[in-house]
Amino acid sequence: MNQSEEQTRSVVIEKIFAHAPEKLWRALTEPALLTQWLLSNDFLPEIGREFQFKNEPVGGWDGVIDCKVLALDPLQRLAYSWRAFGHESTVEFTLTPADGGTHLRMEHSGFRANQEAAYRGAQYGWQRFIENLERLLNVEVQ
Amino acid sequence: MKTDVANSVFRALADPTRRAIFAELSSKGEQTVHALTSFAGVSQPAVSKHLSVMKRAKLVRHRRNGRETHYRAQPDALEPVVQWLRDYGAFWKVRFDRLESLLERMDP
Repeated sequence: MNQSEEQTRSVVIEKIFAHAPEKLWRALTEPALLTQWLLSNDFLPEIGREFQFKNEPVGGWDGVIDCKVLALDPLQRLAYSWRAFGHESTVEFTLTPADGGTHLRMEHSGFRANQEAAYRGAQYGWQRFIENLERLLNVEVQ
Repeated sequence: MKTDVANSVFRALADPTRRAIFAELSSKGEQTVHALTSFAGVSQPAVSKHLSVMKRAKLVRHRRNGRETHYRAQPDALEPVVQWLRDYGAFWKVRFDRLESLLERMDP
């Protein structure tokens, strides 16, 4: 692999919502509201809080996603780790006041070149898997 | 995307021992159940059980040769997983739409 260890690929989605940051922040941090738009969860807005998203099919997978709150700046920024089937990534939300509402940016990152390949040494199957991932995830969804 | 296929691949890969066995077969080629048992450090019945889960997910293929069963990796079986992860973009897009309709319903 030619990628350095630190290099990552991301999925980025940005949107301006015609609502105040306070309201958006509630939707991002209140478990009952979070369940309504994302996944059922036992989230709590505390740094270091470990929680899970679960019980709802995601694409082809019905498993659990293990998470931990990494950053919490009320009304501005929320980040948590996102671990699914042994692959760890990071989800980060950034809120910025915008004309008539709030600009929300979500970056799902950390699909590292060597992440799974490092497991029991870099090996062909995983290397190819991660290389495919990198190629496929190198897109921004607007 | 064949959801049930992706499901069985995800289930198969969710277990660290199976991931290790898959990585071992991918890097070293075909191996016997005996060799995999000593590699994995768990009992042979446990390894056989793992292998049957992986076989169902089409992650491995086997052939019998006398008393020994040989297994090899089928890396193409990972395609549904790659496909699903590519869909993370679509996943978040749909979720943002749901967030928008939730915000409409919430009190100001």
